[in-house]
Amino acid sequence: MEETKLTAKNFSSGLPVKWCPGCGDFAILAMIQKTLAGMGLPLEKYAVISGIGCSSRFPYYVSTYGFHTLHGRALPVASGVKLSNPELAVWVVTGDGDGLSIGGNHMLHTIRRNIGLKIVLFNNRIYAMTKGQASPTTLQGSRTKTTPLGAIDYPFNPARFAVGLDCTFVARGIDNDIAGTSAILERAAKHNGTAFVEVLHKCVPFTDKEFDTLKDPATKEDLLLRVEHGKPLVFGKNRDKGIVFRNFRPEIISFKAGTVPENVAVYDETNSEMAYLVSGFTQPEFPVPLGVLKAVRKPSYEELYYDQVKAVGDTKGHELEALLAGPDAWEIK
Amino acid sequence: MNNTNNSRKVNVSQLNSVTVRFAGDSGDGIQLVGSQFANATAIAGNELSTQPDFPAEIRAPAGSLGGVSGFQISFGDESVLTPGNKPGVLLAMNPAALAVNLKNLDKGSIIITNSDAFTPAALEKAGYASNPLEDGSLANYRVIGVPVNTLTEGALKDSGLTGTQVLKCKNFYLLGLLYWMYGLPLETTRAWIKTKFKKAPELAAANIKVLLAGFDYAETTEIFDARFQLKKSPVIPGKYRNLTGNEAVAYALITAAKLLKKKLFCGSYPITPASEILQTLSKHRATDVVVFQAEDEIAAICSSIGAAFAGELAATGTSGPGLSLKTEALGLAVIAELPLVVINVQRGGPSTGLPTKTEQSDLLQAVYGRHGECPLVVLAATSPSDCFNTTLEAARIAVKYMTPVIVLSNSYLSSGSEPFRIPKLSELPKFHLPPLPEPADYKPFMRDPDTLARPWTWPGLAGYEYRAGGLEKADITGGVSYDPENHERMTKLRAEKVARVVREIPPTKIYGQAEGDLLVVGWGSTYGAIKTAVSEARKAGLNVSSIHIRHIFPMPPDLGSIMRRFRKVLVPEENSGQLRLLLRSAHMLEPLGLNKVQGQPINSDEVLAKIQEILRGN
Repeated sequence: MEETKLTAKNFSSGLPVKWCPGCGDFAILAMIQKTLAGMGLPLEKYAVISGIGCSSRFPYYVSTYGFHTLHGRALPVASGVKLSNPELAVWVVTGDGDGLSIGGNHMLHTIRRNIGLKIVLFNNRIYAMTKGQASPTTLQGSRTKTTPLGAIDYPFNPARFAVGLDCTFVARGIDNDIAGTSAILERAAKHNGTAFVEVLHKCVPFTDKEFDTLKDPATKEDLLLRVEHGKPLVFGKNRDKGIVFRNFRPEIISFKAGTVPENVAVYDETNSEMAYLVSGFTQPEFPVPLGVLKAVRKPSYEELYYDQVKAVGDTKGHELEALLAGPDAWEIK
Repeated sequence: MNNTNNSRKVNVSQLNSVTVRFAGDSGDGIQLVGSQFANATAIAGNELSTQPDFPAEIRAPAGSLGGVSGFQISFGDESVLTPGNKPGVLLAMNPAALAVNLKNLDKGSIIITNSDAFTPAALEKAGYASNPLEDGSLANYRVIGVPVNTLTEGALKDSGLTGTQVLKCKNFYLLGLLYWMYGLPLETTRAWIKTKFKKAPELAAANIKVLLAGFDYAETTEIFDARFQLKKSPVIPGKYRNLTGNEAVAYALITAAKLLKKKLFCGSYPITPASEILQTLSKHRATDVVVFQAEDEIAAICSSIGAAFAGELAATGTSGPGLSLKTEALGLAVIAELPLVVINVQRGGPSTGLPTKTEQSDLLQAVYGRHGECPLVVLAATSPSDCFNTTLEAARIAVKYMTPVIVLSNSYLSSGSEPFRIPKLSELPKFHLPPLPEPADYKPFMRDPDTLARPWTWPGLAGYEYRAGGLEKADITGGVSYDPENHERMTKLRAEKVARVVREIPPTKIYGQAEGDLLVVGWGSTYGAIKTAVSEARKAGLNVSSIHIRHIFPMPPDLGSIMRRFRKVLVPEENSGQLRLLLRSAHMLEPLGLNKVQGQPINSDEVLAKIQEILRGN
């Protein structure tokens, strides 16, 4: 077939997108379509797989092979696809309820295996499709339809959950940061093994104010920590604050802009312990970290699987009768 | 071959069949000795059927009644269809094994025991106040007490092995003795020992020495005054091996994938009594057999659904509790119209129930146990080797009709074994996929007018990209549709597609006359017991016939007309009447039931007694 370079447009199914006006999912859809185009594979080599929830409508809007599966079950379905055909680029779209509540068990085992799935978890801190119940990332005190007096559950921090499971690639983006989040997705696409990308976004009907301070030009730079491999952990509108570790405890120090003290930590995305500490930063004590929190190289599940098979030898050509007979058949004449 | 120079006069009796039960501690190697014996009978040309029976605990306390493990084999001529009802010979390794099994023995049966195991401590654990070998309580049986420990130690006194190593060989002593009794060849076991102890030749030599010592002991001592010769079964020439039901399922799945020229993908989660399917497939992991041990039953079936979406032959194995967990995902496979083979090895339920015991109680769950209107195909295997044919048939239907198919096996079939004739490639069924049009003419939910199956396409096939999913699909185009008429149309199409599977069902074979007083209708694992009972009843002049149903849903189209040609219909089942309920609702008949829900298979004596009871009442 003739090689033509695909663009983001080629990855649109053309179906009307049915998210609410103002939903962050639109931006994430556009970013992922662009990322897929950038991977350079022919259209048929992609599979986009989702569970149930607003974000999980995603596959219908992408022109590749897609599968809108069951609530919480996108990951095992996607694992079956990837293991059947490791050449495919398999993307999983999930949400905080789908991926961390009903599908929580699959999330932790998928990450444990390091199977080559690109997981994008849309975190809006609410069950949106079922119209406004508390999710596993809903903050304590939040009033939702199921927590009219304020949520008492301690919430999950998805990125730290993934780092804690030794996920080989963990990143966090936010829907309005197109450049930063696109860069994350691009790296996730190239990662070998499980890539876990949390994307923060609000839900217009139910968590409309969520993350607003992280987006407001007046406040955001004081509240966000943009981590970058090899760069000091510096933040603030005037870039005059930094993170230091004393006895493994993170602290914020202030300094004169442009004079970063030597004790400000330099981020190392290959350092799991540092990733664990930094991914744990939450408001109001610490700025919210964005960027690639962790990236290490480890053989993927499918590599290990097919390497093992190769070691056994290719049995494709094996005679069926010999296989069925096994070592202890007898003949009756 | 055996040494047959009779040094003394021994009476040789001819038998049609015999049932032998091996019993001992679950750590005693009973299953091993039993399966060695089974292989020897097979090579001698006998028909055979075996059934292990173990406690749910891996190792219950040694010598306790709860820790007794058993292995039963029936062998002989072609009349052997089940592992037998009451054993004619009990091989009891200790007092507990004797205590547990004695109630199943008819008077006059042979009991062979290791008399060295009847110590005061062991007798007490088994609940004996005095030694039954000495107190006359076994006077109605033919008891052969062999001091196996002493004799094994004697045979190995110069071997240099430790006392524990020596006693581990003792099972082969009794096996050798049995080989003499039934004139069976020692060769297979000798070869097996050599392979097993390849890295410890001294142990191989010791075990073989003990096997031969047992054989010679029987040959020379006068305790054994009889040998038996079993009639052989007239068998179709070919290559054979012994397979359990679970192994047969695994090999059928591999065979089906090879016939389709696809990978086999099996996502499974360990569960008794289905784990051997996953284990057997794991041994054959290769480029074209992908085995995925998932984190739970749900992930297991979902990974297989993913593989089906990816265009491979997908299967998953489980047992009752697992089938419950897979239920939602089965609905996804039904609405997405993807092929999938689900093997449900039934056990005693509900809940954890009787995990190692057999039952037929998931029939209604398999047929109806899903939310929404969710029809799929259900088949039931009838014997360990039939697990191969039925699973192969399931895979063939699954891909031809783009539907999930549930195969019902059970604990009895899964662990029972019988000789399996290895089929030639030319004897295997042909597989057909739904036609695939050119990309320009393709719609994901267009249908083959004959089967109503939609085309099967998968990631990697250029030009056929589509979105599958659990939301209702618009007819033909496959887009999401909430249209009321469309939902009803799609519901009917899915039902009609599964209903058309009746075209795959051959005319029902009737054993006996095509009309008469009584028709016994069975399904699944009761095949051997029913056929044996009906055969005996017919020999006794009773007007009874039987049929056995493999296609549970949809059902054979000729079933109603066959049943109506008999005055009465009897349905024996290992449940409270689930097939009976289906037959009643489909055919407005009132069949009689023989229902046993004890975690034990229905045996032929029970079926025969019921037949006699019904026909006496005529």
